[in-house]
Amino acid sequence: MLNVADALSESVEDTQKGKFLTFSIGKESYGLEIKYVTEIIGIQDITSIPEMPIYVKGIINLRGKIIPVIDVRLRFKKEPRDYNERTCIIVVDIKDISIGLIVDHVAEVLVITTENIVPPPDSKIGFHNRYVKGIGKTGSEVKLLLDCDKLLNDDEIDVISEVV
Amino acid sequence: MTGDGISREPMLEIYLFEGNQLIEQLEEIIIQCEKSKKIELESVNEIFRIMHTIKGSSAMMMFTNIALLAHSLEDLFYFIRENEITQMDYVGLSDLVLLAIDFVKIEFAKIEDDSTADGLPETLISAIEKFLEEMKASYKDTYVEPLESQAKEKTMYYVDGYQEQLRESISKYSVRIFFEEDCPMLSVRAYMVIHNLKDIAGEIFHFPEDIINSSESDEIIRDVGFLIYFSTAVSASEVDSILNQTAFLRKMEVEQVDEYPNVNRNHVEKKEILLEETIEIAKAPQAEVVKEDKENQNQLGSNNRQQNMISVTVSKLDMLMDIVGEIVISEAMVTRNPELEGLQLDGFHKATRQLRKLTDELQDIVMSIRMMPISAIFQKMNRIVRDMSKKLNKEVELEIIGETTEVDKNIIDQLSDPLMHLIRNAMDHGLENKEGRVEAGKPAKGKITLEAQNYGGDVLITIRDDGRGMSRENILRKARETGLVKKPENELTDKEVFSFILLPGFSTKEKVTEFSGRGVGMDVVKRNIEKIGGQITIQSTLGIGTEIFVKIPLTLAIIDGIEVNVGTSRYTIPITSIRESFRMDEKDVISDGDGNELIMIRGQCYSLIRLHKMFNIQTQVTSISDGIMVMIEADTKAACLFVDSLVGEQQVVVKALPRYIRKIEGIAGCTILGDGGISLILDANGILGRE
Repeated sequence: MLNVADALSESVEDTQKGKFLTFSIGKESYGLEIKYVTEIIGIQDITSIPEMPIYVKGIINLRGKIIPVIDVRLRFKKEPRDYNERTCIIVVDIKDISIGLIVDHVAEVLVITTENIVPPPDSKIGFHNRYVKGIGKTGSEVKLLLDCDKLLNDDEIDVISEVV
Repeated sequence: MTGDGISREPMLEIYLFEGNQLIEQLEEIIIQCEKSKKIELESVNEIFRIMHTIKGSSAMMMFTNIALLAHSLEDLFYFIRENEITQMDYVGLSDLVLLAIDFVKIEFAKIEDDSTADGLPETLISAIEKFLEEMKASYKDTYVEPLESQAKEKTMYYVDGYQEQLRESISKYSVRIFFEEDCPMLSVRAYMVIHNLKDIAGEIFHFPEDIINSSESDEIIRDVGFLIYFSTAVSASEVDSILNQTAFLRKMEVEQVDEYPNVNRNHVEKKEILLEETIEIAKAPQAEVVKEDKENQNQLGSNNRQQNMISVTVSKLDMLMDIVGEIVISEAMVTRNPELEGLQLDGFHKATRQLRKLTDELQDIVMSIRMMPISAIFQKMNRIVRDMSKKLNKEVELEIIGETTEVDKNIIDQLSDPLMHLIRNAMDHGLENKEGRVEAGKPAKGKITLEAQNYGGDVLITIRDDGRGMSRENILRKARETGLVKKPENELTDKEVFSFILLPGFSTKEKVTEFSGRGVGMDVVKRNIEKIGGQITIQSTLGIGTEIFVKIPLTLAIIDGIEVNVGTSRYTIPITSIRESFRMDEKDVISDGDGNELIMIRGQCYSLIRLHKMFNIQTQVTSISDGIMVMIEADTKAACLFVDSLVGEQQVVVKALPRYIRKIEGIAGCTILGDGGISLILDANGILGRE
């Protein structure tokens, strides 16, 4: 029984491997490992919560489950922009925490093989986005692959925003 | 598979559940015995039975260490029972048994954690054996029966007995036993019946025969009962009493027969046929009863169950609770759907009222499933009082009142630690030592009362001791030293003074003992109690005693609240923390120059908190006369909260904020409203604590 289940989950992981959900914020195109993504929903009513960092927009009711949503645009310290019908919430599940990521719009699911992923340039020479863990090449385009863990659990940023 | 209860083997689950229950029962009996300084024959039998069950099931589950320990205790109580010993070293005995209980508890905990139960009971067993030896030695002169090796002796004795019985009058019996339907491990129960009978019976045949190793036997025992034929010389009434000891007994048919029905040991292969036969062979009326029973059970399921208990894992109950919450919400979503506005829908409204009634009922039932009597934790306190009174050399009586009061399971789980702490405090600091008490003209034996009672929608738990009480002066002095006093001292009420000891770092006791006095005590208690929505207040009279009141809600899951609007946000204020609501004019607001605003109501001054300012919410309503004032209170503090408008009162299902959102002072959780929106639940305590 167990072995079968293991084998099954392995094969699920296999089919997910190397697949990235791509979305855009402004002109930039980002990629997110598909294994984290549980669903994509349109923008909804968000209940704001006081005393949160500016990028934490609040909480939404996802079929009875209450999940926090963060605006990735604000997380990357970009200018806020009004939400429209293309704005999406990508619901991701990382280490048993569900969270919604608000992005400008979701593009497609791409396969980016390991050989096509290069580490980001050294932050010392002017590359600032600490949430990018790799850069994926697909044809002529380049996708910034996000480190979900860091996006959620980066305490340093929280401390800074609290001080501000 | 996340919940730990689900993934475990069902057999192991039952074993642990039952084992824990038995151990708790045993603890209770032992402490009771020690208190009354005597051990009733009934209790001895009970303990014997418990040890026997634990031994049997532990051996079956391959927990040899527990089984060995249980076996040695069983021996001990066997000796006590057989020799009807009434005079003994009760203290030593209960110490031993309690040690054994602790050992088994630790082992159970290990098993629950999925680690190996590897505790070594050898020292304990040898202590028990030594105790038994001593007891034997002291009883030698009065009762000469050295039971060196019981097992051997037993069999020898019975063989002898049986041969003797052959010559004497032997009666043969046919017994059919039905166990309660939810009784776990039927085959073990059946085995125990046989085991008990061995003491009196010569020959025993039973069906099904292979009760321990056959997996089908459980089903057979459940469906047609456990059938035993045996012969014995003892009287019918004695047979009855022995059989009646059987645990989980539902129904028993005892028949004295001249000849066994034609069964013998080799019939096992043809189970089905044999089954029919035995039923046919049994006396006519009886057979009919059995048949009827079978039919009844088939048709009606369970007509004649006496007591129906079913154990369910808590995670399933939580899931049920969640779903009921969802139903309540979706019901509101349907009935208050904005699309229905302005429509004439008489039939629809009638139907929704019916739905409303049913969901309310459903909610009540689910809530009541989760209710448990508080006795589980109250009984634990007996043990603490006992252990501490020995160590501290204080004689203490613990009086327990209202232990049947029911509280939500979640609350019970979290109430245990704070209560334990309060009891320890009462034992250690509250009660004087014997000399002190006599000097103060009190009885040498101290008294702690633990009382629970329903109090509106809450449960009030009182911990009362008749010790030295607390001195207002001492507390004030200490509070002054630590800089906690912020008001003029003569304005402080007793309630406020005593609540100082609930603050972090406050301990008037310089001395640290094993049990209490580390200064981290009462504030943790307070925090734990507040976490489950409770409140704690203290009253004390120097020289007379201390009373601690803990008020806890019956349940955490559903609260009554008033919904208020602030800008586009909606908040819910628990009704329990609202004193009143009213309108005011801008001119009634007094400003103190530092930007703090105050208002005067009936001669009392309250600070004004504008919710939109505090939480930085955009709203059109900023003028005091446009909005409404809600006075909230918690502990001894109160303040006025300014909100845009009141929406109405409603019951809400409390949900926790997602873990990602860190704790916000003043917000207790959130709830989903009828329209699918979310409302944040305010926490009066937190808001008042923010200032």
